[in-house]
Amino acid sequence: MRSRPAELATYRSDGLPTHESVPGLVVLPGSREEVIAVVQQLQRRGIPFVARGAGTGLSGGALADPDAVLITLTRLNRIKSVDPARKRAIVEPGVVNARLSEAVARYGLQYAPDPSSQSACTVGGNVAENAGGPHCLKYGVTTNHVTALEILLPDGSLARLGSPQGEAWGPDLVGLFVGSEGMFGIALEICVRLVPLPASVRTMLAAFASVREASQAVSSIIASGIVPAALEMMDRSCVLAVEASMYAAGYPTDAAAVLLVELDGAPETVAAEAVIVELLLAGHGARSVATASTAAERARLWQGRKKAFGAMGRLAPDLAVQDAVVPRSSLPDVLDRIEAIRLRHDLVISNVFHAGDGNLHPNISFDRRDPELSARVREANREIMEACLAAGGSLTGEHGVGSDKIDYMPLMFDAASLGAMCDLRRVFDPGERSNPGKVVPMHACREWRRGTPVERRIPV
Amino acid sequence: MTDTVYIRLRQLLGSTSVERDASGVPRASPESPEAMAEACALAHAEGWRVRVEGRGTWLPPDAPADLVLTARALDQVVSVAPADLVSTVQAGTTLESLRRQLADSGMWFAADPPGRPDRTIGSILATATPGPLRLGFGPIRDHVLGCTFVTGDGRVVTAGGRVVKNVAGFDLTKLHIGGFGGFGILTEVHLRLRALPRADVTVVTRGSRDDLLAVSRAAMEEGLAPAAMELFSPALAADPSWLLAVRLLGLEEAVHADLNRLPGDEGTTWQPIPADQSSVFWTLTGRAALSGPIALRLGALAEGLDETLDLLSHHLDEGMVSAGAGDGTVRWIGETGVDRVRALRKAAAAREIPLTLERAPWGFRKVVGHFGAYREGVGQLVQRLRETYDPSERFSVALESREDG
Repeated sequence: MRSRPAELATYRSDGLPTHESVPGLVVLPGSREEVIAVVQQLQRRGIPFVARGAGTGLSGGALADPDAVLITLTRLNRIKSVDPARKRAIVEPGVVNARLSEAVARYGLQYAPDPSSQSACTVGGNVAENAGGPHCLKYGVTTNHVTALEILLPDGSLARLGSPQGEAWGPDLVGLFVGSEGMFGIALEICVRLVPLPASVRTMLAAFASVREASQAVSSIIASGIVPAALEMMDRSCVLAVEASMYAAGYPTDAAAVLLVELDGAPETVAAEAVIVELLLAGHGARSVATASTAAERARLWQGRKKAFGAMGRLAPDLAVQDAVVPRSSLPDVLDRIEAIRLRHDLVISNVFHAGDGNLHPNISFDRRDPELSARVREANREIMEACLAAGGSLTGEHGVGSDKIDYMPLMFDAASLGAMCDLRRVFDPGERSNPGKVVPMHACREWRRGTPVERRIPV
Repeated sequence: MTDTVYIRLRQLLGSTSVERDASGVPRASPESPEAMAEACALAHAEGWRVRVEGRGTWLPPDAPADLVLTARALDQVVSVAPADLVSTVQAGTTLESLRRQLADSGMWFAADPPGRPDRTIGSILATATPGPLRLGFGPIRDHVLGCTFVTGDGRVVTAGGRVVKNVAGFDLTKLHIGGFGGFGILTEVHLRLRALPRADVTVVTRGSRDDLLAVSRAAMEEGLAPAAMELFSPALAADPSWLLAVRLLGLEEAVHADLNRLPGDEGTTWQPIPADQSSVFWTLTGRAALSGPIALRLGALAEGLDETLDLLSHHLDEGMVSAGAGDGTVRWIGETGVDRVRALRKAAAAREIPLTLERAPWGFRKVVGHFGAYREGVGQLVQRLRETYDPSERFSVALESREDG
């Protein structure tokens, strides 16, 4: 238990330091039984709580108010079982993502979802956020890899959802729980699918003279039917930040954009796909295409991408992180619009993103001690979000809504749809005590009285 | 009563949208999600029981009801975006119509659900009945990016979106994929598509069940990545022996490399299905799901598939079986008794294998339920979901087992 102000202050934010809230109390249970006992106590006293993994989230999702208890689950870090023949592992929520992949590598298997924070983030947090990562283009996001869950409901009762195969016992409750941002309860045990390590991998880096050409290359690769394991883009601002940092990956600093393309699978498949991909890259104006020929080279190319957020920390004290998704065909136009917004507000924006999914991360570097600059950042953020939604996109692809994007939710969903989300939350948490105040802006929901007719134009 | 319902529905939706089905029950085919919502709100207010239907070709249209609501008039492919590999379709669109329209743009919906090709997309999603392609492209849920649905009390709700990656808000779409219409009526969905493969080759081999399972295990160990690898029982294959069919999709070079890697020792002979017949082959094996009154699915793992098949033949009969040799999903089709399916469900549950009743006459499914043998805590959550999205249980659906739920 942590209750001294200095201790509590260390839990005031997650990976997004622009949102802060100091919890009333922090508990670090050491076992499943302790978590259950804590939640049952809180149920009896009607106290709200917030579950937290490693605190690497980027949406201000795992913040607790002073009237709430923060339940940190990092001590529940046991890999309970690995079944290589059935390609399943059962883990506690505090297991670090990368540690799971390391533990199963000796069986020729991996846990595919690979958020950039995978060396620190926990599988429980990944479940809460339905986390993605570069390789989710081919392998799918967290929801595609979780087959069963034991969950602790906020009233202190347990439920076992899903099966080893992934088939549900009824409606798809696992599918509903994954990505519920800690508002439906706590996952105590997680059964995940493991996938074979690919027989062959080819990682390529293509440099472009314009962002537009690079994004057109992305569209044409997607439309060709080839599904790369990963297809990532970084613009010049991002490349410069990476190359100036300790994570320098040898990216060409004079290119307007670079694409990192990874193909994996059977050697013949990879070879055949590589021929087509190289043609498409060249056809869309790639100045150069470099292929990693050793594992070390491949790791170096990825290091820059995975540590890009960290490298941006050098540009300014604060970083506003975006996570919108747009239809892949609109990437060129949306990126043009973001550039126009950047120029208009005179800001530093670095684009590093999952281009193959259309999942953008236009990150704005700033100093929050400057109120005038902060106001421009807020305005630019909103304009970028609106541009992405106008293109038919989504507010968030993998970071979650949390506190950070809650005000934007009415831009995407009407009152009835937000109301239906509130209702779903109450199915799992009728008392609304688990991670209160996140995801759905309550004031924008249409409230529905159960069991009474909806007012409508009904002819008599 | 049906006269009142019929007249009120015609007043609400117009006479062209309301007819009577074969048994005289008024059947409304609203032409917009809003009209569907108004019909639901009316039924909710009046306390009428509603049967939700697509085209009535999968689940028999026999659930007791005061009226039928069908999305069959909502049959437009709203948009197709080849560069995004996404399509928005109304729920009453038939699979064959969607396929045709997508093929014009070089794309396809990479699912091969059982039943007739004129099943609606709404039916396929609401029942979440997968076909052999689940091995390569995942279960039905993996194809759906977002939806619009109407709740039992007449709310129109949207969830998810049109992009391939999206965590904005709670994933209400999942509630309806395999929800058997117990939580709302799908009116429009956003689907993830694939580019048509350059090569599409199907090969089959015959043998004993155990030999073919060994072959399929060897194929997976060899690193083969087939789009489908399905084992058919003699009754389903209309063949004296079991049949293993492997479907390889992708670039020509990749498909040929996989063909060369097929395990070929000890007299395993692979027979290619000619290109112009392979689509008929898969359509017919999928359509076999209609050749018995009951279809059920076991969510097993590929490892231990032989035990699952033994369990099935012990409780029912060998019958018509289509089994995913790479993914473990087993579909059984035939005729059997309520007690036998209940006993099988119980035995399967003890092995952590869910049994879903995919298709059966009302008298059978109202007792057995689509779902049953819930694990700890699930029954209560399902009940609350029902109360939330269909507050007065207007939808006539046999979601849960009457006895062992």
